[in-house]
Amino acid sequence: MSATQALYIEGIGFWASSLPGWEAARAILRGEAAPPATPQTRPAPALLPPAERRRAPDTVAVSLEVATRACEMAKRDPKQMSSVFASTHGDLAISDNLCDTLAKTPSLTSPTKFHNSVHNAAAGYWTIATGCMKPYTSLSAYTFTFGEGLLEAASQALSEGDPVLYVAFDIEARGPVGTMQPSRGVFAGALVLCAEPGERSMAKLAFDLSDSDHAQPSQARAANAALVEGNAIANGLPLFEALADGVERLVVQPLAPHLNLRMQVTPVVTASTVAQSRIQRA
Amino acid sequence: MSAVPLSIAAYTASCAAGIGRRALLEALRARRSGLGPNTFTEAPLDTFIGRVSAIESQPLPEPLQYWECRNNRLAWLGLQQDGFLEAVRVAREKYGPGRVALVLGTSTSSIGATEEGYRRLTSDGQYPEELRRPPVHTVHSLGSFVQQALGLTGISVTVATACSSSAKVFPQAERLMRLGLADAAVVGGVDTLCYSVLFGFNALELVSAEPCRPFDPARKGISLGEAAGFALLERAGEGPQLLGYGESSDAHHMSSPHPEGLGARNAIQDALHRAGLTPSDIDYVNLHGTASQKNDEVEARIVATLFPESTRASSTKGWTGHALGAAGILEAVISLLALEQGFMPGTLNTRELDEHCGPQIRLENGEGPVRNVMSNSFGFGGSNCVLLFGGARQ
Repeated sequence: MSATQALYIEGIGFWASSLPGWEAARAILRGEAAPPATPQTRPAPALLPPAERRRAPDTVAVSLEVATRACEMAKRDPKQMSSVFASTHGDLAISDNLCDTLAKTPSLTSPTKFHNSVHNAAAGYWTIATGCMKPYTSLSAYTFTFGEGLLEAASQALSEGDPVLYVAFDIEARGPVGTMQPSRGVFAGALVLCAEPGERSMAKLAFDLSDSDHAQPSQARAANAALVEGNAIANGLPLFEALADGVERLVVQPLAPHLNLRMQVTPVVTASTVAQSRIQRA
Repeated sequence: MSAVPLSIAAYTASCAAGIGRRALLEALRARRSGLGPNTFTEAPLDTFIGRVSAIESQPLPEPLQYWECRNNRLAWLGLQQDGFLEAVRVAREKYGPGRVALVLGTSTSSIGATEEGYRRLTSDGQYPEELRRPPVHTVHSLGSFVQQALGLTGISVTVATACSSSAKVFPQAERLMRLGLADAAVVGGVDTLCYSVLFGFNALELVSAEPCRPFDPARKGISLGEAAGFALLERAGEGPQLLGYGESSDAHHMSSPHPEGLGARNAIQDALHRAGLTPSDIDYVNLHGTASQKNDEVEARIVATLFPESTRASSTKGWTGHALGAAGILEAVISLLALEQGFMPGTLNTRELDEHCGPQIRLENGEGPVRNVMSNSFGFGGSNCVLLFGGARQ
């Protein structure tokens, strides 16, 4: 349904309750290491000063952590990158707290809770923390959020020619909102995407749009899928699994009931990736 | 790569000042405000609001009833105006339902329904039965509902960047079309009154107890409103065009603009650059002009330094209230009406202009040739988007 276009991944950030950080996640997803015995609650993003780190909502903590790691790996200055933040539900914990206050004592609504409740809070904090004046966006597409967000990031990278940071996240639901949106655990992934291959390219993504008669959405291996099961944006895992495996693979990400983003993921071997894998072996 | 001009094949907006283009234009010409005292919340809150009461007696039609909530009702009311449903039907048949992308903006979507669930919790902590519809209690409720209402099957995204949401849908759709990922796009946005925004902005001490007075030195804050608006974008066609856009971030504060308006300036300059125009080519600017102390001061200074005296500028929030995530599309439609009618609204409720205002910002309505128009949306979280429209070029 659309011509094939290509872009390149230069950096990866990842954090989930049972896959804490990309290094750990890569080994666990490959079956080379066991997941932590007890799932972790959230990371401590180094980007924020200690006091703010503790106060930051979960959505802000996880998205800033993965965004920072992806930029570090790509050796890209966050100030120079537009960003796309995708989250199915935004901050479900703050929504619960805010709706509870609004139902009982609306005049006691907290100004901080209110401004942290907006869907673009994580993106706003990211640009404030990094001093980035490039545009960001924040979007949702319900069960298709991961794919639609990735498509928007790809579309920005290709149409403007500058690298783009993609961040996707959802957190655990609390309270009555969880009866409608029972999201579990934390899942956050980030990618630095470029239109052109470069020294830091790790993988090529050749993608097109395809109707669902031609491909079914990819599933992660059962043992891996179980580690993020129930999270609202967990269907983003197959792409990270393919990147962890480091072999060429077709990843099909759903965009709508009858529309898929079909991505041929091909590892790129460069001087720096060879050096990186030597370090990892050592 | 600069933006390719896109044709605005159809457009519409509905808000407290008027439902559909004709009613909105009449209210603007007659300087008739849609604002009234807050009777929306049971808990008292002394403020004025732009409420579209018509939707309260207009439930969704039977095939769409699953999506019932205030926000989707306003979306449906908006879609039925100005021949918009028919224009989308023609585009759907021409390009195919999977090739017309849907990109909508909102700040709170149907959170009003979630708030109602919390007010009416059953003894075991559940929403009442009729509210147990999961896809309604999430941000993309708007996109999912409109996609079904329009019979579209392609890309469908809900953008939620607070007050810039339904301006940013234009650049997102333009990129999708430029890359051949869609052949046409329905863009727009819907936001409705709810407790979250009324009591949230009240907690931030940003709401006014009187109808908002943009750029008045005695302004006391914003009046919240609600609106729905839509536009159909195609690659070629007659009528007005999207000539440029600019997007930027303030990188300053979650709920306060950059003190020198650096992000806003960057967005204006990006829009002019993409359109290949200079400030003197812009005849009318629809300002963000919320009547908050900071926004208006910063925006007035930007307009005074960037634009010549010949450019008219105004805020129309005295008519409509601040429609938050729907403000971008509502004010894009008002800008398109200015282009089409040679009519430039002034600023309502404002008695005198702040000392930071240059000669561009006008209180009175004006008439005259309008070649190009700009619409500013500067949001919470420091997200800015500026749109630039003009007549079809040869």
